[in-house]
Order: sequence, then C-alpha cells, then structure tokens
Amino acid sequence: MSGHVAPKSMYYAVFAALIVGTALTVAAAFVDMGALNNVVMLTIAMVKAALVILFFMHVRWSTRLTWVVAASGFVWLLILFGLTMTDYLTRGWVPGTWR
Amino acid sequence: MSDAHSGYQPPPVAIQPAPVPEHAHHPWLQHHFDSMGQQAEASTLGMWVFLVTEIMFFGGLFMAYLVYRHASPQGFQEASHHLNIYWGAANTAILIVSSLTMALAVRAAQTSQPRTTQVGWLAATMFFGLAFLGIKAIEYTDKFRDHIVPGPHFQWEGLYPKPAEQFYSLYFAMTGLHALHMVIGVGIMTVIAVMAWRNTFDEEYYTPVEVAGLYWHFVDIVWIFLFPLLYLIGRHYHAG
Repeated sequence: MSGHVAPKSMYYAVFAALIVGTALTVAAAFVDMGALNNVVMLTIAMVKAALVILFFMHVRWSTRLTWVVAASGFVWLLILFGLTMTDYLTRGWVPGTWR
Repeated sequence: MSDAHSGYQPPPVAIQPAPVPEHAHHPWLQHHFDSMGQQAEASTLGMWVFLVTEIMFFGGLFMAYLVYRHASPQGFQEASHHLNIYWGAANTAILIVSSLTMALAVRAAQTSQPRTTQVGWLAATMFFGLAFLGIKAIEYTDKFRDHIVPGPHFQWEGLYPKPAEQFYSLYFAMTGLHALHMVIGVGIMTVIAVMAWRNTFDEEYYTPVEVAGLYWHFVDIVWIFLFPLLYLIGRHYHAG
C-alpha cells in the first residue's frame, strides 16, 4: 500500500504560503479597519487552515468518506456557534425581556 | 487394491495442508483487514473521527471566547493589547515550520527513506514543538510577574478590569489546553521516532507516522486560530 506521494516542492510551497499568510495577518492587525479587521484575520486563518488540511494532512488525496468526516467537524462547530449566537445576539430585542 | 494383494503397505502419512509460509502477508497487517490499504484507510478515518471530537473540544472554548468578546469588545481589545505580538508571531512561525518537518517525516517514511532521515525529521518536529513550549513558558512567566493571571492577585490598570480578567481566563484555558496538546504531541513523536529507528516504516507501512502527523497538524491549526483571536485584536486599540 502506498498513498499519494506529493513532491517535496509542494510541501515547501505550502509552507511559504503559510508564512506569507502569517506575515499578512500581523501586518493587517496594525491597520485600523474597524470591523473589517476581524473579517481579514479570520479569512487568512481559514485559508491557512485549509492549506494545512488539504496538503499537509493529505485530505486532497483522501477518500470522500474522509472529506465528509473532516467537513462534519466544522459543520457541527457552525451549528454550535450559530445556535448559541442566535440567543446572545438577539437578547433585548423585545422590550422588557431579560438580557 | 492390488497393493493389498501383493502385501505392500504404504507408509502412514499424516494428512497435512499445503505448506504455507509463516506469514504470507505483511507482518503489520492485522487479520481482520483484507489489505494494507484498507487497514491504513481505517486508521486514518478513525483519526479523523477523533479530530472531529477535538474540534468540538476546542470549539467550546472558542464559543466562550465569542460570547464574552461579544459582551465586551473593547475590554477584550484592551486586554489583548498587553500580549506580546512578536512572541505570538514567532510561535506561529515555529509551529508552521514544525508542521513542514512533520509532513516531510511522513513523506520520508512513505518513500522508504533510511531511518536516519525519518528520525531526523521527527527530531526536528519535536525540537520546534519544544521551542514553542519554551516561548510559551516565557510568556506565562511575564503574565505571573505582571499580575495578570486571573485570581485573587489579578491587577489591571486599564479601563476594563473585569473583561480583561475574563480575557485572560480564556487566554490561559485556550493556550493551556493547546500547550497540553503540544506536550502530548512531543510524547507521541518520541514513540514514533523509536519505531522509525527500529526500521518499522517504509512505503508499505507508515500509518503510525501519518496518523501522528494528522494530530500534529491539527494542533497547528488550533494555534492558527488562537494567534489572531488572542494576540491581534488589540493592535489598533487606543486607550480612552
């Protein structure tokens, strides 16, 4: 048995992209963009995570079952965040209710 | 039948199955799997299922962070401002390097490189993991010195002492749980390195390296989110 062997150059390219992403996110943090700062830093973090998952963790070459299981973790995370924040973000919308 | 008449008796021979080699399959193939490929697939999938539970484990802390930050965005910015962005950025880079050496360790096993190459990449991974923990220790020491460890001795000079204490509670819980994962990761790498030194891994069998790598990369991903959420939100904060 032998899984997909990626060339070393691919690993170095992904590594370089991750370092560039880190530099970008640090640089962006010093610029005051208001709420956009959060969008920028989380977008960069998600791109970096996707690079690690797809290439370093070999999901790019894994079976569809692995894709589904890996994606399910993030789906459950979104449900956790989504359902909890529907509560916290909407408190006090109706006058007289507890917040 | 004619032998019976001639008085010839064939020598008694025990009925034996056709001779089979002691192990016709790969020594690491367990008997409930059909092939090495199937076995590797099962292990990898099992590790991913575990990692999903890990996502939820850390997810609860990220959820708490989101709720408390939403409750006091300014307090969190002020608290974050006190963290040293350079230590944080350096640690991010160190973890990314360790992920690269980890990926190359898996590749070395996958391509049947000599054990010195495999152990070399694993040792580099452990080295960078320990460097990360060393920097974390320096940072924690600073927090204790500055009395910003939550508890009875917590002191905060800024405008938002309560949210700052909440921020540092989350900071220690999240980075502490992450550091615990790093310590466990270094332990796992030690076991994998010993196995590699005993020539366990080649292109036919490298599942333990691959699965340990999945764990290591996962811990890296957690830090990829912790770094901006803890260190970067306070950079453009202006007190008052």
